Amino acid sequence: MSLIDLANPTRFLALSARLLPWLAGATIILLAIGLYQSALAPDDYQQGATVKIMFIHVPNAWLSMFVWGVMSIASLGTLVWRHPLADVAAKAAAPIGASFTFLALLTGSLWGRPMWGTYWEWDARLTSVLILFLMYLGLMALWRAVDDPSRAARAAAVLTLVGAINLPIIKFSVDWWNTLHQPASVMRMGGSTLDKSFLIPLLVMAIAFTLLFVTLHLAAMRNEILRRRVRSLQMMQASRVAFSSELSTGSREENASKGAA
Amino acid sequence: MTALSALIRRDIRIALRVGGGALIGVLFFLTVVVLMPFAVGPDLALLSRLGPAILWLGALLASLLTLDRLFMADHEDGSLDLITMSRTPLELACAAKALAHWLAAGLPLIVATPVLGLLLNLDMVATAAVALTLLAGTPALTFTGMIGAALAVTLHRGGLLMAVLVLPLSIPVLIFGVAASQAVIVGPMNFGAPFSILCALSLVSLVIGPFAAAASLRHGLD
Repeated sequence: MSLIDLANPTRFLALSARLLPWLAGATIILLAIGLYQSALAPDDYQQGATVKIMFIHVPNAWLSMFVWGVMSIASLGTLVWRHPLADVAAKAAAPIGASFTFLALLTGSLWGRPMWGTYWEWDARLTSVLILFLMYLGLMALWRAVDDPSRAARAAAVLTLVGAINLPIIKFSVDWWNTLHQPASVMRMGGSTLDKSFLIPLLVMAIAFTLLFVTLHLAAMRNEILRRRVRSLQMMQASRVAFSSELSTGSREENASKGAA
Repeated sequence: MTALSALIRRDIRIALRVGGGALIGVLFFLTVVVLMPFAVGPDLALLSRLGPAILWLGALLASLLTLDRLFMADHEDGSLDLITMSRTPLELACAAKALAHWLAAGLPLIVATPVLGLLLNLDMVATAAVALTLLAGTPALTFTGMIGAALAVTLHRGGLLMAVLVLPLSIPVLIFGVAASQAVIVGPMNFGAPFSILCALSLVSLVIGPFAAAASLRHGLD
């Protein structure tokens, strides 16, 4: 089954209905393992128990960027291949990505309170994640501003792709502007500097959160498809009612003027 | 080529004549800068320290507000459809429109900067630095803002939504513009590095802006 076969929403609904329970189960199991391992992880010699916020914070932060990547691919699908599910995927991903970004900010500031002595610091990484959050909210506002879904989809796709090009530039400029956050420590040249006792739970949590995103995303896409169906059924119903009332009264002009009013 | 220069000349003429909004941008810029001392207090030392930031913010807001109508008026009178259907590539036409907009609405802001610098107690060198960074940076604001204008016309929405979408994209320009001006005024960094990056941002947006705007117009207009 290729991606084109999924263009049929009914087929997509059937496939996702079969996949969802498995995905949800895997997510729950991995989250349980990850949380257990994170709870068992030793305290940091400097940060104490607050280091455990990292196991939630870092996957959220990774996913906040990953989701924008998913939306960019979906936007290419909308603009280039005109895949009918692409705009559903892009629309469903935006609120989930915004939630991950918000959680990354929230856990980051909860960690910052004991460590830096303040909930908010205009540090480069925090600031660029905040800008990412603002862009997610802007995108959601764009989706909500237009009632025609296909028109909104194309506008949102252009904006998502522009954002995908601009986000690295914004990140770079904000880094240049001010930096206080510790440099990247898991993925960098010369291997990870993180101890194994932290690294393994972190990776498990990262995979669990990614699965969580896939599960939520599929479920949200199903909801969006069903929502659109309900909407088109309502429109058909409304037009049928209008048409039959027109027939029964017999005077077309009167009804047309009523409709216009 | 003649089509593009005709488009540029037409847009500038419309912007400068009665009904065009280009010079209102300068008036808005002036008003924002005049408002600032009321907010932070009439302390000349503080104002000269904040000066570049105030001027940059004012220019950013002024260019954003005038951009709102970049495609809207043409859409209303139907000339946007002619532009989309003409043989000139839409990307080039968008670039020409943005260039015209910058010439009509962006350049006057830079010309007004020395007067406003006087109000903010900036000395000659500082004012020159701010004007130079604005000269290098406002094209980036116009060309990224054009994307928002194109989205606005395809969605029949403007105003706040566009501002919310476009403002985050202009953060890099703001950062490097203010940094380059501050480097001249207080040091200790050199002026060259942020200024070159500012020019680079303008060049990048010169490429991205027309393509994104054209894509949005092509997909969005019906």
